[in-house]
Amino acid sequence: MALEDNEYILQMKHIDMFFPGVKALKYVSFNLKKGEIISLMGENGAGKSTLVKVLTGVYHKTNGEITFDGKVIEPTTPLASQQMGISTVYQEVNLCANLSVAENIYIGREPRGAFGRIDWATMQKNASDLLFRELGIDIDVTKELNFYPVAMQQMIAIARAIDTKCKVLILDEPTSSLSDKETERLFKIMRNLKSQGISIIFISHFLEQIYTICDRITVLRDGTYIGEYDIKSLPRIELISKMMGKEVKEGEIESNVDKSVPRENVFLETEHVTVPGKVKDLSMDIKEGEVVGFAGLLGSGRSEIAETLFGTLLKSSGNIYIDGTAVSVKTPMDMMKNRIAFCPEDRKVQGIIGDLSVRENIILALQAKNGMFKHMSRHRQNKLADYYINLLRIKVSDREQLIKNLSGGNQQKVIIARWLATEPNLLILDEPTRGIDVGTKSEIEALAVSLAKEKGMSVVFISGEMGEMVRTCSRVMVIRDHEKITELNDDEISTAHIMQAIAGDYHGKSC
Amino acid sequence: MESLVKKFTQSSLALPLVALAVLLLFNAFFVDDFFKIEVMENGNLYGRPIDILYRASSLIILALGMTFVIATGGIDISVGAVVAISSATCCVMLGGNISGIPEHPFFVAILSSLCVGIVAGIWNGTLVAKLKIQAMVATLILMTAGRGIAQLMTDGQIITVYYKPFAYIGGNIPGVMLPTAMIIALAMVLLVLFINKRTSIGLMIQSVGINANAARYAGIKVTAVLFAVYIFSGFCAGTAGLIEGSLIRAADANNAGLNMEMDAILAVTLGGTLMVGGRYYIGGTIIGAITIQTLTTTMYAIGVSSDRLPAVKAIVILLIIVFQSEKFKEMYRNYKLKRLDTQLSVKKEVSNA
Repeated sequence: MALEDNEYILQMKHIDMFFPGVKALKYVSFNLKKGEIISLMGENGAGKSTLVKVLTGVYHKTNGEITFDGKVIEPTTPLASQQMGISTVYQEVNLCANLSVAENIYIGREPRGAFGRIDWATMQKNASDLLFRELGIDIDVTKELNFYPVAMQQMIAIARAIDTKCKVLILDEPTSSLSDKETERLFKIMRNLKSQGISIIFISHFLEQIYTICDRITVLRDGTYIGEYDIKSLPRIELISKMMGKEVKEGEIESNVDKSVPRENVFLETEHVTVPGKVKDLSMDIKEGEVVGFAGLLGSGRSEIAETLFGTLLKSSGNIYIDGTAVSVKTPMDMMKNRIAFCPEDRKVQGIIGDLSVRENIILALQAKNGMFKHMSRHRQNKLADYYINLLRIKVSDREQLIKNLSGGNQQKVIIARWLATEPNLLILDEPTRGIDVGTKSEIEALAVSLAKEKGMSVVFISGEMGEMVRTCSRVMVIRDHEKITELNDDEISTAHIMQAIAGDYHGKSC
Repeated sequence: MESLVKKFTQSSLALPLVALAVLLLFNAFFVDDFFKIEVMENGNLYGRPIDILYRASSLIILALGMTFVIATGGIDISVGAVVAISSATCCVMLGGNISGIPEHPFFVAILSSLCVGIVAGIWNGTLVAKLKIQAMVATLILMTAGRGIAQLMTDGQIITVYYKPFAYIGGNIPGVMLPTAMIIALAMVLLVLFINKRTSIGLMIQSVGINANAARYAGIKVTAVLFAVYIFSGFCAGTAGLIEGSLIRAADANNAGLNMEMDAILAVTLGGTLMVGGRYYIGGTIIGAITIQTLTTTMYAIGVSSDRLPAVKAIVILLIIVFQSEKFKEMYRNYKLKRLDTQLSVKKEVSNA
């Protein structure tokens, strides 16, 4: 049966899906036309990933019907749905880091020569042809995947996905680790695929990107289906209110929270701090009650500065002063004792201890700081955990729930709670809102500001989203090529100025 | 009552306990007087249950150390060899003097054995924690070299110790009803439970085992934690070495502690701790070790010859492991759901009719 252009290639009807004790999807429908790019939108925990996993056979639906390419299908395993033509590229690249690029693309379906021998030459040739033809990438495919940056790995994952003759390509948060330029490139590829008749499900938290690339949007909330909309007929503000289930005014999201006014005292100061290849001659200070932003492109060195302040990277020269005294740093513990706390960038790899409970995750840093022989009583642990669960409004069934079963936003809140429990004077938040829903995002922004304002805590706020820093920071340091190029103060802080500063066109009033 | 049952079936100890219970039940039916415990003329307790616990002592001690190592995501396959070194150390220190006069005081010999165990742990810890060598490879070195070292210490001879009190460790201290090995094992278990309860080392170990990177970012000294678990494992091996040496009152570099590392690993996994690290179960480990020994004792009791023992043991252990596997549990759940479904539909039909 030939498909007409506007006919649906994929229809999911009235899908129900249970987890033990929880109904994750309630009567959800989803339609995908041939050759369109659709976005699946919803806050964290709305059921986007669950729906995708039902489609790819990772989870199995309880009720409902899936029609793909004119036939009713029952996805059983990821492999089976891939063979049917449904390919997925996940947020975290799930390839083998220490195999070559070519091996990664052809793993499981290696071209064979005589006697079943793997035909390496053909494999490598095919791989580099594929990458060049489809994505315009010209790289050495015999190098290990590790050799390339995450953005490139993502492209390779996409190459692998589209080479398996897929009809539906699912991109789950593919841009969260990409720079603007790389995203641009990805979009070009997506448009190209679209013109070849491939349908794409694009999941992203970046509204800007959704509106640039997608044709239609399907909105989910709390595991229920809210609706399908043409992108042109759905203003952003309406989309957000549909996702959150409440009326939001555009101003509310964009407006300045009342920013914190820095106090006189300098809490931390660095003097010509250098980490070879990571941080170049950094001199700066952070005042009490100040929210300082580190702005810069991905890989500009903004995270490395944070890691140097926390002691996970060690400086080779220069000095760090805290409250005016020079400190020597050998381990993160040295900095924790100096009341510095650090929520690292990669929540999953550097943040959560997945198989531990929310309680254990919250008390972990404080317990480590106290030392293992000053064991906190269970009563005290419970009290501490409950306090922060209430304070940050962390959504958990109870404090003994495993952290890996929480949504990304709630995991992030737990990590912040872990550090607040150590009662720091300086809290470094590295990309605290990445991959988090809009509601939680603004909660975390507001928290950063209120900690500075009310407790006089210093906060370092690092984000790839300029708007976020414009809303929260009293001062923004602009980082480029591992070097601080300028600082923006108060009224100077705007997305435009930051972008110009990164580009080197704006040098700030103070410099 | 129902909630109690539910609590039990959901607890991590349920399966190991059931496995052990089934074994014991088998014994109760097929082995005469299995549970009978008598007081011997010399005042010692005697009976199969005592015998099992007694013979399981070394294994329990080794498995305790192994539990922590495995919880960090590592493994220590050198413990069997360390047992050999430790028992050789003690025997060499005491000397093979036929008159029974020790060359060095007994407590010095004991301390040296324990120290040797700790040194072995430091060696493993250095390789794993400092040099970041994969645990299997790192401990393989000492596993291979350990027996050679023991041979060197004993000059390739089997040193027999005639000093009487040495036999007390593997046997009974005169006037004490329980075998000394059991008391040592009990002390070690209590020590571990105390550490578990009163320090947060358990939390640190689990964090390292689940996500070492995140643990580091939370301020945990990952290297120190790894060092600690390997040192403790070495210490456990040193202790077990004393018992094993004392049992035969000799240093047998080739056979002391042979294959015990594998039994220890098995005990840990039977107890429900996963080889990938993370959550660990001390209670499970102990039950696992006892299960392994019960199995051996049962086989001897029903007359399985020692050359066939490994095969039978393998089959039983295979069964236990399969019952514990996630896949099997899932299959069982599905089976139960299906039965529920058919029951419901049958009921419907009946009511319709």
